[in-house]
Amino acid sequence: MNRLLLAAAVLILAALPLLPATPEFWITHLNYIGLASLVVLGLVVLTGIGGLTSFGQAAFVGLGAYATAWLTTAQAWSPWAALLMGLLITFAVAYVLGAITLRLSGHYLPLGTIAWCLSLYYLFGNLEFLGQYDGIASIVPIEFFGVSLGKGRHIYYLIWTFVLLSMWATRNLLDSRPGRAIRALKSGGGMAESFGIDMAGYKVIIFVYAALLACVSGWLYAHMQRAVSPSPFGLNYGIEYLFMAVVGGAGSVWGAVIGSGLILTLKDQLQNVLPKILDTSGNFELIVFGILMILVLQYARDGVWPILSTWWSAMTGKSDRRRMAPPPRAPALPQRARPEKGTLVLEVDAIRKEFGGLVAVNDISFSLKAGEIMGLIGPNGAGKSTTFNLITGVLPLTRGSVRFLGERLDVLPSREIARLGVGRTFQHVQLLPTMTVLENVALGAHLRSKVGVLAAALHIERRDEAELLHEAAKQLQRVGLGDYLYEQAGNLALGQQRILEIARALAADPVLLLLDEPAAGLRYKEKQELAKVLGQLRQEGMSILLVEHDMDFVMSLTDHLVVMDFGTKLAEGAPADIQRNPAVLEAYLGGVDDDLEPGAAGGPGRAAAQPSVQGGGA
Amino acid sequence: MDSTIVLILLQDGVMNGAIYALLGLALVLVFVVTRVIFIPQGEFVAFGALTLAFMDNGRVPGTVNLLLIVGALVFALELIAAVRGRDWSGMGKTAALAVLLPVGLYLLTPYIVAKDTPLWINVLFSLALVVPLGPMLYRIVYQPVAEASVLVLLIISVAVHFALTGLALVFFGAEGWRTPPFMEGDVQMGPVSWSAQTFFVLGTCAVLILALWVFFGKTLYGRALRATAVNRRGARLVGISTSMSGSLTFTLAAAIGALSGMLIAPVTTVYYDTGFIIGLKGFVAAIFGGLVSYPVAAGGALFVGILEAFSSFWASAYKEVIVFTLIIPVLLWRSFGARHIEDEE
Repeated sequence: MNRLLLAAAVLILAALPLLPATPEFWITHLNYIGLASLVVLGLVVLTGIGGLTSFGQAAFVGLGAYATAWLTTAQAWSPWAALLMGLLITFAVAYVLGAITLRLSGHYLPLGTIAWCLSLYYLFGNLEFLGQYDGIASIVPIEFFGVSLGKGRHIYYLIWTFVLLSMWATRNLLDSRPGRAIRALKSGGGMAESFGIDMAGYKVIIFVYAALLACVSGWLYAHMQRAVSPSPFGLNYGIEYLFMAVVGGAGSVWGAVIGSGLILTLKDQLQNVLPKILDTSGNFELIVFGILMILVLQYARDGVWPILSTWWSAMTGKSDRRRMAPPPRAPALPQRARPEKGTLVLEVDAIRKEFGGLVAVNDISFSLKAGEIMGLIGPNGAGKSTTFNLITGVLPLTRGSVRFLGERLDVLPSREIARLGVGRTFQHVQLLPTMTVLENVALGAHLRSKVGVLAAALHIERRDEAELLHEAAKQLQRVGLGDYLYEQAGNLALGQQRILEIARALAADPVLLLLDEPAAGLRYKEKQELAKVLGQLRQEGMSILLVEHDMDFVMSLTDHLVVMDFGTKLAEGAPADIQRNPAVLEAYLGGVDDDLEPGAAGGPGRAAAQPSVQGGGA
Repeated sequence: MDSTIVLILLQDGVMNGAIYALLGLALVLVFVVTRVIFIPQGEFVAFGALTLAFMDNGRVPGTVNLLLIVGALVFALELIAAVRGRDWSGMGKTAALAVLLPVGLYLLTPYIVAKDTPLWINVLFSLALVVPLGPMLYRIVYQPVAEASVLVLLIISVAVHFALTGLALVFFGAEGWRTPPFMEGDVQMGPVSWSAQTFFVLGTCAVLILALWVFFGKTLYGRALRATAVNRRGARLVGISTSMSGSLTFTLAAAIGALSGMLIAPVTTVYYDTGFIIGLKGFVAAIFGGLVSYPVAAGGALFVGILEAFSSFWASAYKEVIVFTLIIPVLLWRSFGARHIEDEE
């Protein structure tokens, strides 16, 4: 149904210029919509998907337009060679700008782009060789295998071929290994980094991607208009592109076309109608645009496209996600060599973390062997999660060292630690709620594939993608979420989300697994299932370190326990010994002179088995 | 270039820099309290300058009508909220500020415009016309989305800038205006004479900065704003209304913007859209301080002003290019200062 609709739309689009009855004005208008769609498509990836805002896309359009204008007139280059040169220049400029501004927190980028767009505008307007404010005229039309695309009806095909191709490539890109990483950008936080995803690198990539699309639009514009001047590359146009993305719906590639179409048509109508109603020279379209934008952001922040697509799927009926077949079988991904059972895997030596005057972790030492499950327990605020974050490189150590299979972890960023084979889950679930369960887990396997942006955009990586998805499905079936592969992760119950995090960590093929309260929020039966899975992993030689408050779970599963209280190690040993340790009993139940009578709660196991929502946050 | 020119340029730069400093302070203030990157600050600069220019030339400024319209809108919004919430307690105050004040000013305007009124009355009346637009703007545009992300608020700010620029053109026309200086005459200092206006601008800026310092350090409302800046939820838990903080902040920002416009209008011709560029220079200054530090923002503003003065002497066509490209090395410098990426959401 949807494919038919798309095919019909493309056919109509292709037939329009062939019909002599189509007014020239329509063609011109559609050409402008196509040009804007290219720019807005970049903004969809940058802003809607990646969460980075740019007001300066018009400047990149300008770079493309001026590059080809100057090269084809003053240097007599062919337009196609000029396109390549323009793309190269834009790439270099966007890369440098991105590398500078993307390191900073969110709002510097938009401010930077405003300033950069203004300064480029004044630069275009003042440079002698670019014709100052008059610009460059008499640009040659593009030739395509001997056919001149000088007429609006001819360049129309080139523009819309570019639009459709880039929409196709963008959709491909988003539905791929790098695409999942890009969709993880918005969530911020260290989750993606903990699976080896270079967030800063992907930010630069989408910034450059958006800039290149804008540059192509500029190139087409220059050869369509046959002249360039600075004004269409000013800040107002940069802002308008962003408006188009927001109004259309910045979360989808279709939003780009819808938004460009709506805003440009509206603008055109306003310019026609307003002067007739109000006979002043006022710039009313600015006011209407501004107010419209404010209303959209106040009442429909996701834009028009999601509303349309909801209507559409309500009308046509939607397939049940649960009944979709799992991804097809594919060759298994290579696994890393597991250390021999009993070898030292993790060696924590006197690690210490101070937050100002507070010692959150006070010279803790312990070690973990391959094929062992170790529990880290202690009352809330004991420093367990901080210890986790120190091991996984989320927080820097004050002192001490952490070694993993002989390598120092405490000097590495969390990305590199993931690369070595340390997988983890989080105390507060960190999933991408709008992505499917399967995609969330595939994100965990990011480092097990090398697919790049170009291969993904062209969809020539389908075999690698199938391997990844198969691996993800396999891990999900293993932990018992096989029925929920295509459910949105945000729709799962909290307990299931925790299990999903375990599957995601397993997809990374870790040697050492760190689980932060994996059983919290699970029902009794589910806990038993989880214990079985963990036991099986131990059999396979995996080492597991877990923080948990459910004492029955911990006592029956672990081989070794470390008890922490107020940042210090209270006791260490086999679960049976720990249960009898007087210091541990006191820490959990309070001393004899406390209000609480010892033993009243029925032994340490029960007392501490109370579900705890906020465990060890310090 | 001789030392006289250097001193003249320095004088220009310091004066503009002082105004950018004021704007930079207001921007930092608005950002830390409400998380709004206040792009429309520049429009308040233009509104202030143009309103004063109109008054001074014996014409009724468009702000009078604009205030009536915006006030009516605020009143309508509050009325809807009151009907929905069945809570009429705040309506008296709203009616006074959103309806009676604009109507009162409207009725008063002919008397003030007609006579050859002294400059300072015109200034006060212009402020009374422009400043209420600040909190009204907050009520209409920002309050309904106060908890949105910084980026959504920023896009909204840009939309507001669009709308206000369009309105400025409608209400003030496309003509450029200058206002008379607050002080005539020159002061001889060494080889150059400094205009008295320069000293007036510097003095006003110093007084305002001092007043802000006292306000934030010593008064209850100032402390409430600081508390909101540190932690919005925490402030709300101890009974500080974040809407009140927002309104108050926007009042201050509007006042600073309008006053800056009146200070700069004697030396720069102000058009309906001039404010934006002036405001952005305040931004470049504020970014020096990472949008959080007042003293660094002030220092950055002086630097921007002086740089602008010197580049307009050496390469006047590239003046704006130089000032706005400056933001890139500044951001680079800030990025080395920032230890790690922090994102909300």
